[in-house]
Formats: sequence, structure tokens, C-alpha cells
Amino acid sequence: MFEILEKKQMAQGTVCMFRLKAPRIARKTRPGQFVILRANERGERIPLTVAETHPEQGWIRIYFQVVGKTTAMLARMAPGEIIQDVIGPLGVPTHVDKVGTVICVGGGLGVAVIYPITRAFFDAGNHVIAIIGARTKELLILEQEMNSVCHELHVTTDDGSYGRHGFVTDVLKELLEQRKDVGMVMGIGPVPMMRFLCKTTQPFGVKTMVSLNPIMVDGTGMCGACRVRVGGQTRFCCVHGPDFDGHQVDFEELSKRLMMYVPQERESYQRFQAEVAGGSSR
Amino acid sequence: MSEKSEHSHKSKKERLPRQPMPEQPPKERIHNFKEVPFGYSPEQALAEASRCLKCKKPGCVPSCPVEVDIPGFISLVAEGKFFEAAAKIRETNSLPAVCGRVCPQEDQCESGCVLGKKWDPVAIGRLERFVADYDRLHGSFQMPPMASPTGKRVAVVGSGPAGLTLAGDLIKKGHEVTIFEALHEPGGVLIYGIPEFRLPKEIVKAEVNYLQKLGVRIETDVVVGKTLTVDELFEEEGYNAVFLGVGAGLPVFMNIPGENLCGVYSANEYLTRSNLMKAYLFPDYDTPIAVGRNVVVLGAGNVAMDSARTALRLGAETVRIVYRRSRAEMPARAEEIHHAEEEGIVFELLTNPVRFLGDDRGWVKAMECVRMELGEPDASGRRRPVPIPGSEFILETDMAIVAIGTTANPLIPSTTSGLETNKWGYIVTDETGRTSKKGVWAGGDIVTGSATVILAMGAGRKAARAIDEYLMSL
Ligand SMILES: Cc1cc2nc3c(=O)[nH]c(=O)nc-3n(C[C@H](O)[C@H](O)[C@H](O)COP(=O)(O)OP(=O)(O)OC[C@H]3O[C@@H](n4cnc5c(N)ncnc54)[C@H](O)[C@@H]3O)c2cc1C
Ligand SMILES: Cc1cc2nc3c(=O)[nH]c(=O)nc-3n(C[C@H](O)[C@H](O)[C@H](O)COP(=O)(O)OP(=O)(O)OC[C@H]3O[C@@H](n4cnc5c(N)ncnc54)[C@H](O)[C@@H]3O)c2cc1C
Ligand code: SF4
Ligand code: FES
Repeated sequence: MFEILEKKQMAQGTVCMFRLKAPRIARKTRPGQFVILRANERGERIPLTVAETHPEQGWIRIYFQVVGKTTAMLARMAPGEIIQDVIGPLGVPTHVDKVGTVICVGGGLGVAVIYPITRAFFDAGNHVIAIIGARTKELLILEQEMNSVCHELHVTTDDGSYGRHGFVTDVLKELLEQRKDVGMVMGIGPVPMMRFLCKTTQPFGVKTMVSLNPIMVDGTGMCGACRVRVGGQTRFCCVHGPDFDGHQVDFEELSKRLMMYVPQERESYQRFQAEVAGGSSR
Repeated sequence: MSEKSEHSHKSKKERLPRQPMPEQPPKERIHNFKEVPFGYSPEQALAEASRCLKCKKPGCVPSCPVEVDIPGFISLVAEGKFFEAAAKIRETNSLPAVCGRVCPQEDQCESGCVLGKKWDPVAIGRLERFVADYDRLHGSFQMPPMASPTGKRVAVVGSGPAGLTLAGDLIKKGHEVTIFEALHEPGGVLIYGIPEFRLPKEIVKAEVNYLQKLGVRIETDVVVGKTLTVDELFEEEGYNAVFLGVGAGLPVFMNIPGENLCGVYSANEYLTRSNLMKAYLFPDYDTPIAVGRNVVVLGAGNVAMDSARTALRLGAETVRIVYRRSRAEMPARAEEIHHAEEEGIVFELLTNPVRFLGDDRGWVKAMECVRMELGEPDASGRRRPVPIPGSEFILETDMAIVAIGTTANPLIPSTTSGLETNKWGYIVTDETGRTSKKGVWAGGDIVTGSATVILAMGAGRKAARAIDEYLMSL
């Protein structure tokens, strides 16, 4: 039984934050790890990254983007309500070393996922440069939080409504051209963004890590749903990842596998929206 | 009575055939997930029980890994004492409704039955199932004899048949028992692997519920090695002994090109979606599953049969089992193969997949295979299949399910100090299940590799005895 202690909606209601009571998970989670949760008896198991923990008070913080039925259903839940199952922490924590200068890049909801990792690199004594971006100003999340865990923050919006006009990769490219001391780039966001980011860093030969988001079921290495091809080898993202060397990842395969259930997901989401609409009109 | 009628009575008894078990006709059942066999009626059970010779030296009992008093319980059935028969089985077998359905009886108890030498063996499994079901549906819960509390605490990791059996044995001995399960529902393979049409989940739940009534605590959503480590179970949570019954859940792939195409599933994923997540009830349940029209299943064990029969029920038009050896080597239970055949599943024997071919959306559209022939016996004693050069051919398919086996999950060994594993990653134990780490026992598939429900239970039972001795010596 995992109680919602606090809820906040942001980015025009497309992103939602929960603080959840989960004492054991709070004690164990390290940056880069995730949980799998199931909202209710009939629910799907979905992976979400842990953005913050409070081991003493026994809670974890998660952010999720509303993209389909499960996330839409979660977004309608209120503090005091119970999430049926929260399992974790899963995955290998992000490898955080002192490498000198690190650039952390977050796109869209990826900002929430990269936030704990950025903080960890910052706390480890690196010079941390962060680049965050969104389609438009209203969709940008966690700017303040990110600002507090880096030495230098760059913001971009695709439409120029805030910060730099353009993509996070534009800024990244400039930075890599200007400074020769970048030891590592960590990038998290939608698959096309991560793919493009790896293309951007490739000519500079900078080590680039990405956090992958394949479809998962159990999250413990039992089902093989989350397999991704890295350096020609099949890896299970939930136990070998979610972080991988971006220059080795087969993004095309990942994109295709992420589309596997689109027709069913659409059906399920539409049914849910109809139910919700029917319910509230009564 | 005349001599004639007495004579006919005797020969009638000898000739009474093995009672068939009524079941859903194949044409009907391929459209639903309801259980296939209906089980015996009380009359059929009485008739079948009357066939047992109640041998002084029964061949059946030594062939049962948990040594159920088979003639004992069958006599009670023959007298119509169904509740007493259930109690008799429960003395040594804590999951009779499960075993009565999924045990490979033909290789176990029934293979030892003396009647089987000349005639059909007594249908011990069907009787066990009948008795357990009758007891569950008509009986009332009765607390078995329980020892007084010892104050000792045992943590059981994994809630499959090994863990459940062990928990039942140790709670009766007065120890405090908590089961930690990674998934959101207890039962192990019985819940996530074996389909509803073969083992209704309601039955597994009833068995788990029984243990809870005895006082066993079950904590789901705890991944030992992640949420808690084995060392923490001792040091922070204060357990005196730990049993690892975590199964062999890591799927094996064939490492052939195209294996990550959409529509290529591991049997574990396919069955977990369908059983644990109830994807066969989508969209009433949220988890989706792909529906193939022409499905191939690689492998020929119980897991392959379950995958194939599930695919059929989800709406496939053709389902093929592709297996590199011949019929004689198929590892599935006879009953499963029989049921699969009745349902129209096609067997492509002596055939091995070489690669999967995909379309431009990344979905599997065909599989290249090669025909095989049997050569010299290999290490397993079975004749080794060898490819016939030039016999490659293309099989059109839009879904493939890889059911060629599972291996050990490294999660626990990699996070537990001093736990010895062998070269395949299975945990090393002595014959009582004791591992190289003090206070830690292991049993079931994580020790033997993928085996059977009853062997996992047997391992749980042995370890329970050893843990009890250990705890009482502390
Ligand atoms: C390690 C990891 C960490 C993640 N962290 C976050 C996070 O912090 N915040 C966040 O908003 N999202 C995160 N995601 C993605 C999140 O899991 C999906 O957005 C979510 O499952 C969508 O569920 P849905 O039912 O609302 O949408 P659906 O309608 O079911 O699916 C929409 C899309 O989400 C993806 N998806 C669907 N089911 C799954 C699944 N079981 N596992 C993974 N992806 C799926 C597919 O691409 C699908 O097309 C993470 C994914 C992974 C693998
Ligand atoms: C599809 C299928 C069909 C089968 N059909 C038959 C059949 O007809 N007859 C038969 O006799 N046998 C059959 N078997 C084999 C039989 O089910 C297994 O041999 C048996 O279940 C093994 O029992 P176990 O207790 O060792 O482990 P499992 O049943 O595998 O249970 C292990 C449990 O431990 C949990 N776990 C794993 N790691 C952790 C962790 N780190 N922390 C917490 N929990 C963890 C798992 O989630 C799981 O619930 C079948 C197997 C499959 C997969
Ligand atoms: S061996 Fe067969 S006939 Fe003899 S007691 Fe066992 S079940 Fe009955
Ligand atoms: S999610 Fe099942 S193996 Fe990774």
C-alpha cells in the first residue's frame, strides 16, 4: 500500500508530480534508478524514474507525463489515495564519478529524470553544465531545481518563447566546440532527441550516456520485454541499464519496439476518456 | 448369490476401465480461458478409487517426491470419506489442487502403479484433484495441529511452490514465517506462467490463503537484492534463517538475427502478460498483448505448449510448434501434448529456426528454418539433432514465441556475500538445501534448473526440516 502524500500538476497539466510513501524504496534508491508501479487491480505495470528520495521520512518523488491510460488515470488521483503497487528500486544506479566537466541534457519530461543524476554529478565535485529544453515555455519543468544543482544552466525552447530559440542539441554543439574539457555528456529525453544528441557528440568523441525507456513488464530481468541492442548485443534495460553508452545504442530498434502496442494503447486511452467523460456528466 | 454373478462381479472389478475425465470439447475451448478438464464427479471418483488394489507394497508411493500415502487416501475416497482423504493428502502435500492438475503423473506416481504393468494405472492425479477440489468447495477450514511459538523468524524469498511448501511446514512447527515476493501477486510460476485454462488462479489463491490463515505473512512488491538484501534480512529485519526459492526465471533467447523484432516474445513475457497481467481480458485490464494470426512457438516443453495454446485462445488462426528434435524427445507432459494436438496445433518437428525476417515497421513477418536429422547421442543421452544442408525454408509468421528454457537470475547471488553458485549461476546446496552461507537455504528451480512443481515442493519440504533443526539448535 503506497499512499500519495502530495501531488502537483505542472506544464499545463501534462506533467504530474507525486510524493509517495514508500519507506523501503526511499532508503535504497540511488540516482538513475526507477520503480515500477501499478495503479490498481486491473492496471498495467509502468516504469517511472525516482527523482528524489527522503530516507528518514520514507517517501519518494516521481514525475510523469500524461501520455496514455495509466498516466492519465494516475493524474486523476488525489493525495491520500493509494497506489496499489510500487516496486523498486530497479535498474543499475547511474555511474557517478569525478570526471571534471559534465554536461547534463534534459528534454521535455527528461528533465525530471536527469535531475537526480545532475545533482549526483554536482555533489561528486564535477563542474556541471545543464541544458534543459521544451517545446514551449509552459512545458518547461524543474528549471529552479536544475539551477540549484549545476554551475551553468542553459534553457531552450523549440518555439523561442523562453530561453534560447532552438533545440538543446544546438547549445550542446556550441559548448562542445568552445570547451575541450568536457569529460562526459549525459542526455535524457524522447528517443529522437537522445538519438540526435548522440549524433551531435559523436564527432567530438565525448563519452555520451543515455537513459533508455523501452517497454517493461516485471523490471527484474524475468520477461525480456525491455531488450535493447547495444553494441550489437542484446541487453535487458531493466537489469543492465537503464543507462547505456549512447554511441552504441540501436535507436531505430528501440523506436520501433516502443510502437508495438500503439493500436491497443489508443483503444484503451479512448475508452478511458469516454468513461471519464460519461462519469463526470452524471 | 449365484456363482455366476459372483464371478461376473470379480471380473467386472478387474476390467473396470480407467475413468475418463470429462472435458471441454476442443472446438469450444480454443475460444475461452476456462479450465479444460471438468474434474471427476463423486460417482466417477468412487469408481476410479475402487480400481486401486491397496497394495501392501505399493509402487506408487516411492514414485511420489513428497510421498503422499496414496493407497491411504484412495481407500478413504472409495469409502466416500472425501474430507478425510483431503486431510490425508495434506499431511505431506500442501498444494494438492495444484499437483492434481499439473504434476506429470505419468512419470511419477502413476508410473509406479502396479495396475499399470498390465492395465491402465489408477488415475491418482485425477483423484487427488477431485479430493482437493471437493474439500475446497465443500469443506470448512480447520486449523491443523500447530506447535507452540518458538520465537524464531524465517524469511522466505519467492512464493513459488518451493517457498509456499516450506512456509507451510515451518509455520506448523511454531516459527514465524514471512514470504517476500518480487511480483505483485504470490504463487510464482503457478500465477505468472501456467495459464488459467490449465490451473485456475482461484485455486492458487485458495492455497495461498490457506497459508495466510495459518499465520504466514506475505509481502509482495519486495525484490530481494534490490528493495532489501539477504544480509539485511538478517541484520536489519532480524530473521534467523532465510530460504531462497526464487525459481529460474531468466528467459533464454536463441541469439539468432531478428530476435528483437516486434512480435518476437519470450514465453515468459507472453505468459506473464496473459496470466499475471490478464492481458487476455484486455481492454478490461490495461495490459496489452499482440495477437498473432500465424504464430510459431519455439521449443516443445510445457512452457511451449502453454504459449501455443494461449496464442490460439487469443485468436491465432494457425499455431505451429517448431522443435529441433523428434516427437519422442518432446519434454512436455503427455496430457499437454495431447490437448495441444486436439486443439489443432501443428508440430514442425526436426526443424530449427535460423533467423527472423522483419517488415519495414520492425515486425516479424517470417522465419527461416532448417530441417534437422538425429545424429549420435549427446551428453544428455538424447540423439543430437544436426542440420540437413540445403534444407532451409521460409515459414511465414507474424508472431514468434521463444520457449527454449530459462536460467538463473543473478540478482540475489550478485548482491549476497558468500553465496556459492555453479557455472550456470544456480545456487549450490547440499541435499538438505543448505547453501554456503550461514543460515541460508535454497531449493526449487534456482538449485536444480527448470524442473517441476512437485520437485520444487520436495525441495521446500527437505529444507524446512533442516531449517527447523537449525533454528532449534540456536
Ligand atoms: C526506466 C524507465 C524510466 C521511465 N521514467 C519515466 C518518468 O520518470 N516519467 C515518465 O513520465 N515516464 C517515464 N518512463 C516512460 C513511462 O513508463 C511511460 O510513459 C508509461 O509507461 C506510459 O504508460 P501509459 O499507460 O500512460 O501510456 P500507454 O498508452 O500505455 O503508452 C504510451 C507510450 O508509452 C510507452 N510505454 C507504454 N507502456 C510502457 C511500459 N510498460 N514501459 C515503458 N514504456 C511504456 C510506449 O512507447 C507507448 O507507446 C520511463 C520508462 C522507463 C523504461
Ligand atoms: C509456463 C510454465 C509451465 C509449467 N508447467 C508445469 C507443469 O505442468 N507441471 C510441472 O510440474 N511443472 C511445470 N512447470 C515448472 C514449474 O512451474 C517450476 O518448476 C516450479 O514453479 C518451480 O518452483 P519454484 O518455487 O522453484 O520457483 P517459481 O515458481 O519460479 O517461483 C519463484 C518466485 O520467486 C520470485 N522471485 C524471484 N526472484 C526474486 C527476488 N529477488 N525477490 C523476491 N522474489 C523473487 C518470483 O517472482 C517467483 O514468484 C512449468 C513452468 C512454466 C514456466
Ligand atoms: S500402486 Fe496403484 S494399485 Fe497399488 S496402491 Fe498405488 S495406486 Fe493403488
Ligand atoms: S522488464 Fe522484464 S526483463 Fe526487463
